[in-house]
Amino acid sequence: MSTATQVAYFVTSLCFILALKGLSSPKTARNGNLIGAFGATLAVVVTVAQRGLGHRPLIIGAIVVGTALAIPAARLVKMTAIPQMVALFNGVGGGAAMLVALDEYVRLHTVDSTAAAIAVAFTAIVGSVSFTGSLITFAKLQELMTGRPILVPGAQIVTCAVGLGAVGCGIAAVAASSVPLAVICTGLSLVLGVLFVLPVGGADVPVVISLLNAFTGLTVAASGYVLDNTLLIVAGTLVGASGTMLTQLMARAMGRRITGVLFGAFSGPSTAGSTAEVVSGDRAVRSAGADDIAILLAYARKVAIVPGYGLAVAQAQHTCRELVDLLESRGVQVFYAIHPVAGRMPGHMNVLLAEANVPYEQLKEMDDANPEFSSTDVAVVVGANDVVNPAARDSVGSPIFGMPILNVDEAANVVFMKRSMRPGFAGIDNALLYHPKTTLFFGDAKDSLSKLVAAIKNL
Amino acid sequence: MNNVGLLTIFMLSIFVGFEVISKVSAVLHTPLMSGANAIHGIILVGAILITGSAQGGIQLTLGVVAIVLATGNMVGGFVVTDRMLEMFKGRNKAKAAVAADAKDADGRPIT
Repeated sequence: MSTATQVAYFVTSLCFILALKGLSSPKTARNGNLIGAFGATLAVVVTVAQRGLGHRPLIIGAIVVGTALAIPAARLVKMTAIPQMVALFNGVGGGAAMLVALDEYVRLHTVDSTAAAIAVAFTAIVGSVSFTGSLITFAKLQELMTGRPILVPGAQIVTCAVGLGAVGCGIAAVAASSVPLAVICTGLSLVLGVLFVLPVGGADVPVVISLLNAFTGLTVAASGYVLDNTLLIVAGTLVGASGTMLTQLMARAMGRRITGVLFGAFSGPSTAGSTAEVVSGDRAVRSAGADDIAILLAYARKVAIVPGYGLAVAQAQHTCRELVDLLESRGVQVFYAIHPVAGRMPGHMNVLLAEANVPYEQLKEMDDANPEFSSTDVAVVVGANDVVNPAARDSVGSPIFGMPILNVDEAANVVFMKRSMRPGFAGIDNALLYHPKTTLFFGDAKDSLSKLVAAIKNL
Repeated sequence: MNNVGLLTIFMLSIFVGFEVISKVSAVLHTPLMSGANAIHGIILVGAILITGSAQGGIQLTLGVVAIVLATGNMVGGFVVTDRMLEMFKGRNKAKAAVAADAKDADGRPIT
């Protein structure tokens, strides 16, 4: 490696650190991302220009093909579909790391140290898990398959067996320099990735994407070790460390432990279901039509909008803004109360509302929103459930106890827009739904909001 | 480079990785994950290096497919992150035009 290349790799490493630093603050985020892109481009150009590199036209052709596929995909994707796009890009990155490792297996006789061989096996296994795991998360979020946890009796035993098999084959392949064993190891790891993600519920998927992202980072670092390339080690480790941190932050914001996310729904769906039945009993709920709720909203002084997963799924952010504008024109004070994990990923709701041109002054983060609820006349919960469930605050035995929530129950009136009485993804009943001050408005979030807009216009 | 040198780099990178992320508002979790995702697309450099020294059809095929996938990861990752952040920025500008400086003065981050 020439000195010029090494200097370029050093600059790129610095760019990546600055990029992550920049991305952690709203004001510098966009520049941070551009610095990262600049660093990456520099490293690629320098690598391709390196003297003695074979197959250069083929390499450039492959880069052009990859770019031509990625740019339209990234530019045309709808903002609501961003999480699955991130999952897909993470998956192909894991796939690339896996292929690099397989290639190293093929030429294993040149790998002279045991440490390097172990790094190769690590990359093959974790890269494969990241690849298929991410594809399954993509399928779940894209609704190509059910987002509910897929739980099969004995599945955990099978998963463990496959995992041990993959590790065993990996060790054997390292010991015997055997290509067929390496291929079997990779195959088992690909299956492992699928088994790993299948039991994860839809709303937990973002945490898994973040975790797989960290995994891919570590595989890149391991490949860097094998290829004796410090840039890959630095970049991969940075992503591995920051990704692990981010996964923890996300899980904490959801009130979940990472182990809980990975090993299926709380204590299994049956228990959660029976609790819900016991709690709900025969209690009556109050539901109303668009006209009643329109009157409630139009003559309120202060209204809080609490958007959730349901709003993102229905892509109702534009209609929601229309409703808010209408209310404001009638002199109603309106604010959005954003839970940190509203939407499909932490911060996703902010991106969606930004897309709908909601002014920043109307958005309140949880800590700012909670003191406001006691003076709020109507809190409108659009497609959210668990994040406003008072059980998280009040009932010590609840599985979501301790999760920070929006104190919607302090508002004078609560309107829930829901598709059905089905509990949220946590499978826990929400006592607030049965409270006398609560009104339910059934239907798809977008339809319901359009009906409300029409009804208020007619007042 | 020797193993101790590589281990040093590894350990320092872990600390830097933890340090830069430790205080991030939830608003930026999604763009940050996406940005970090783009950064591990740097595996492209590894893919180019193995393709450049490939011998025989199998190695070449593995390398070329790895390049296509890694490019997708890197380019797609940066572009999609920029699109997310562009929206924050667009609104920021619109706000500046309407509200002048008054509301920026309280030092609240524009997110």
